[in-house]
Amino acid sequence: MKYIIAVIQPDKLDNVLKLLTEKEIHLVTVSTVAGRGRQKGIAEVYRSHKEAGSLLRKVKLEIAVNDDFVQAAIDAILAGARSEHIGDGKIFVLDLPRVIRIRTGEEGSTAVG
Amino acid sequence: MSWIWKRITGRLTGISLLFMIAGTEHLLAQNTEPAISTSSNVAATVTQSAVNTGDTVWVLLSAALVMLMTPGLAFFYGGLVRRKNILSILMQCFMILCIISLQWVFCGYSLSFGPDVCGIIGNIDWLGLKNVDMNPSPYAPTIPHQAFAIFQMMFAIITPGLIIGAFAERMRFSAFCVFSVLWATLVYNPIAHWVWGKGGFLGTLGGMGAVDFAGGIVVHINAGVAALAAVIILGKRKGFPDSISPPHNLPLAALGAGLLWFGWYGFNAGSALAANSIAISAFLATHVAGAMAGLTWSVLDWVKFGKPTTLGMITGAVAGLAAVTPGAGFVHISGAIWIGFGAGILCWLAVTAMKAKFQYDDSLDAFGVHGLGGLWGTLAVGIWASKAVNPNGVDGLFYGNPIQLWLQLKAVLITGTYSFIMSLLLFKLVDFILKLRVSENEESIGLDLTQHREAGYTLID
Repeated sequence: MKYIIAVIQPDKLDNVLKLLTEKEIHLVTVSTVAGRGRQKGIAEVYRSHKEAGSLLRKVKLEIAVNDDFVQAAIDAILAGARSEHIGDGKIFVLDLPRVIRIRTGEEGSTAVG
Repeated sequence: MSWIWKRITGRLTGISLLFMIAGTEHLLAQNTEPAISTSSNVAATVTQSAVNTGDTVWVLLSAALVMLMTPGLAFFYGGLVRRKNILSILMQCFMILCIISLQWVFCGYSLSFGPDVCGIIGNIDWLGLKNVDMNPSPYAPTIPHQAFAIFQMMFAIITPGLIIGAFAERMRFSAFCVFSVLWATLVYNPIAHWVWGKGGFLGTLGGMGAVDFAGGIVVHINAGVAALAAVIILGKRKGFPDSISPPHNLPLAALGAGLLWFGWYGFNAGSALAANSIAISAFLATHVAGAMAGLTWSVLDWVKFGKPTTLGMITGAVAGLAAVTPGAGFVHISGAIWIGFGAGILCWLAVTAMKAKFQYDDSLDAFGVHGLGGLWGTLAVGIWASKAVNPNGVDGLFYGNPIQLWLQLKAVLITGTYSFIMSLLLFKLVDFILKLRVSENEESIGLDLTQHREAGYTLID
């Protein structure tokens, strides 16, 4: 089992969710986050005072998948979130030792699906 | 100390030079003149008692109410866009508050209401509000001319504001500013003259006799049709219609709608230009039509989609208020209820069915609500108007005067066509000079950051 974390542009979320659904990946947690990359954010101006390098708004997806769905999930995120501009985001893939479904107490790959 | 003095005088010369370059130097001179003559005028009018203080208070207060509608509209529209674009809407609304006010004082009032030229436009006698003094005008016998000019200024401001709903979330700010000034001068001012100006060829002051109490034609149809032109030229937002998020802040939109409703009393009841029985009946008609349309829209939502929505309620109320604008002050309460009911159904159909069918991105329904609401209301005056309500008004179809309906229709067609064609041309022109639309990347990031380098909401704290 793997835990996939992807940080993407907010306006790409719909795209990515649609592609994930097409690949039958339904389990996903989404949150709004702030962050910056090499681009260092976009400068904003308050009362003529320039604030350099403030954080940008991004969307973070967290997806737990069984091993045979890892590549499908990555492909969906790549296809859905890529605009080839700076700031498209990143995908992190982590090992996932344990998953428990709270309602039934099931563990492992049945709990993921 | 002398260097300080030198700097101050140097700066003053610079400033006065600036005014001369702008050609508004006589505004300065004029500003001081009436200030002196004001007191004598007031004294004179008190003895003549031509100016009625009660009427003047009501019109000034109404002007303030109508002014509040522009920020109200900003919040109504602002709540409906995505969070990355709220400031762009607020900025557009406040910017027209600034630039159209100055345009109005400089030439707008003279072109709209100044002495007539061939029934088409006012002349330039009242440029810079020259000759617009504290004595009553031909338009309102009991209030100072300047009070009338102030009141009308607020209408000129909010009209281009309504169009914002059509091109929200994708228009460049610089293009917006230039377009608004051009549109106010070449579309709003002539149409205001045709319908309301003394000698204008459509209205009742020497024209063919179409009536428009508070701006169904001049404000709502005019802006609504321009909105349609905007939609055609600018095209859809990226991701429309499937992946556009719902309104980011409906409470804000509801607050804006409340402010609009409140301001509408000034808009319609104030258009009586006196604190009299016509103002009162206009007030009541306005309120009742807004209520009826809000209710109608809610019930339709409930029946068709299973739940009454906040967005539907506030949109319906605004549609009803827009529809009753030309008729308030001419129709009985029963007429106002029918107008509200019709507006609720018609605008609901336009927004839910017609927009979905033709897939045009009238983002905040400026055409569907104001254009069609105004159209319905303007025709409805020709049906329900009665001289029993307003002796200076007209009778409509139901009161034995079917020809009025034809006059209303003719006025709608003429102004609608003019506004549509001119708006198309102006959008094309501005597009050619400045480029109307932001780049695709800027649209994704949002107009707040890319056009104003600000964010409406901070991310953390």
